[in-house]
Formats: sequence, structure tokens, C-alpha cells
Amino acid sequence: MSLEWMAWTLPTALFFVTIAMLLAGMTVWQAVRPSIERRGFLRLRTTRGDRLFIGLLGSAYIHLAWLGLTDWSLWGALAVSIAWMAIVMRWG
Amino acid sequence: MNKIQDNRAWFLVMPVFVIVAMSAIIPLMTVVNYSVQDIFGPGNRVFVGAEWFIDVLGDRRLQEALWRQFLFSGLVLLIEIPLGVMIALTMPKRGWGVSATLVLIALPLLIPWNVIGTIWIIFTRPDIGLFGVIVNALGLGFDHTASPLDAWVTVMLMEVWHWTPLVALLAYAGLRAIPDAYYQAARIDGASAWAIFRYIQLPKMRGVLTIAVLLRFMDSFLIYAEPFVLTGGGPGNSTTFLSIHLVKIAVGQFDLGPAAAFSLIYFLIVLLFCWLFYQALQSVGTGDRA
Repeated sequence: MSLEWMAWTLPTALFFVTIAMLLAGMTVWQAVRPSIERRGFLRLRTTRGDRLFIGLLGSAYIHLAWLGLTDWSLWGALAVSIAWMAIVMRWG
Repeated sequence: MNKIQDNRAWFLVMPVFVIVAMSAIIPLMTVVNYSVQDIFGPGNRVFVGAEWFIDVLGDRRLQEALWRQFLFSGLVLLIEIPLGVMIALTMPKRGWGVSATLVLIALPLLIPWNVIGTIWIIFTRPDIGLFGVIVNALGLGFDHTASPLDAWVTVMLMEVWHWTPLVALLAYAGLRAIPDAYYQAARIDGASAWAIFRYIQLPKMRGVLTIAVLLRFMDSFLIYAEPFVLTGGGPGNSTTFLSIHLVKIAVGQFDLGPAAAFSLIYFLIVLLFCWLFYQALQSVGTGDRA
């Protein structure tokens, strides 16, 4: 089966592999140690999966804001996103 | 009680997962791939990084379409939700009138969307349309093909006519679910009609109204067929909403890269609002503040 029509590139492939690994990792983590709903600084009842979603959605907006408002390197947006993700996962 | 652990149930979910993968996830991945490349043709493409996203974010016409879209969806919610509730409050509660009203109200929902556009083109034509001729006879000079304001009025009228029935039906269902005991208690206390609405009907309708707001926001934010048929996005760009602009880039100009980048931004906006409304829905009735 040719995947040429999907027009894969290395960066997008890495992006999706990372997402897939995050989801797989979260599934294993959930099976080993189930998540308990709690409330953090976001003032929402969230499970670990909810916080991952909030972290990813927030990261997407961080990248868009970075692209739209600055002309700095996107690696900066990635660094901010990872920090945001860590904060949300730990204290969100 | 011990919870039965039987993971074989997951196999029953597999068909759905495969269908969703084929119909949504794989196409979405392809869009992501397209958004970072300049596609000239099959097998002929160049990686351009975030260039399309920068282009799209700085594109004035897309920004205008975005604000137009927010204005449109905001107006839709401001008009359709109160109007739908008002209609639901005046609908008959028993007797033969109930089914007659329900059928009449549901009629606009049964018409295919592009037919709705065609109906309104004819209805509002200044030369032969019932609405157009009457308004022009009043001396208002109405022509939705020439005046942006008239085009907006026509699109809004069409949208309200088409979708307020859904809000009314949902609100009606919410009203019918209120037990009579509440009304009896209100009568004993001598509550006014406004007090009954404010402290009984409105709180009890909160669940269905949240669903109505969610559905109406999503549908109006993704609107395509009706304004496309009615005005084609004109006059000028005055009724070019996001999806109309997107189709112009993707199909009209065949700029797949920018169209893909914009689709992803569009998707993220819809995703964010879905999530916000979902949070609001979740907190309804739990006493939590979202």
C-alpha cells in the first residue's frame, strides 16, 4: 500500500509518533495506577487524561500565538509548551 | 461488589475505531502533512515548515472572515436562544394543538440546506419574491445582491427561520419535563409569571439550553451551504464566512497548503469551543463553577 497520497514528512511523522506514544504511555500508566479526579489551579475536576488534553490544546494555541505575534524560532514555543504541559499535568 | 474485568469488550469497539480512523483520523493526519508543504502535484512537493501558518495568521481576508464568523455565530445565539424559549413558552401543552404545532415548527428542519438557500433567493428577490416585493413596496430599497447590510439581514433571517425551531423543540422538551408540583407550589405562593419563569422554568431548562447553545454555535460556526447558495459570499466579501473562504482557497485556487493550515486553525477553534461548552455542560447541576 503506497502512502504517497498522505504526503508524509519526517517532522509530521515524528509529531504523530510522539502523540501516539503519549497516548500509549498514558494508557499503560492508567492500567498500572488508575488516575483519580482532582481539582487543581484550573478549578476543574480533571483526570490525568483531561489534563493531557488541556495541555495539548494549550500547546497548540501557544504555537499559534508564537507564530502570529513573534518572529522568533518555534523552538521557543516548544519550550514554553513543554513547561505548560508539565505545570498542567502536575498542578492543573 | 467486584467489578468484572473482561477486556474482550474492547474487540466489540474495534469496528467503530476502524471506521473513525478511516473517516476522520487518517484524513486529519493528511491535512497536517499538507499544511507544512507546498504541494504541486502527486509526488511533487516541498517542505516549507510553518510558512503557511504564518501566511494564514497574517492574512487580512481570513481574519475578516473569522471576525465575521464570530459576529454571525454571536448574533445567531443572541437571537435564536431567547426566541426559541419564547416560542416554547407559548406552545400548547395539551390537546390536538400539541402535535399540530410540533409538526409545523419542525418543518424548516426537514428541508435540505441548499434548498433552503434557493427558497430564500426566490423569497427575497426584489422583482418577484414575496418578501422582496413587499419590503420594496414599503420604500426600503431592499436588495441582498447589492447591499451588504441587506445580505446580512437576509442571511440572518434565513438562519433564524431555519434553526430557531430546533431551539424551540429542545426548550419545549425541557419545559414538559417539569413536574406539575412545581407549578402548584408556585401558585400557592402566588408567584408571578416572571417569577415562575425565572426560578422554575429557566433553571429546569438549563441542561437542554446548554445543548441548544452548543449545537447552534457549532452549526453556525461551520455554516456553508445556505449562505453559499443565497449570496455566494457577496456582495464583495460581506457574507464570506470561514468555510466559504476556505473552499475558495482549497478548491477555487487549489492552494492546498494554506487551506490545510487554515483548516487546522479552524479545527482548533471549534475544538476549544467544544471543550468549553462541554465543561459548562458538565458543571450544570453539580454546583461547580466552570
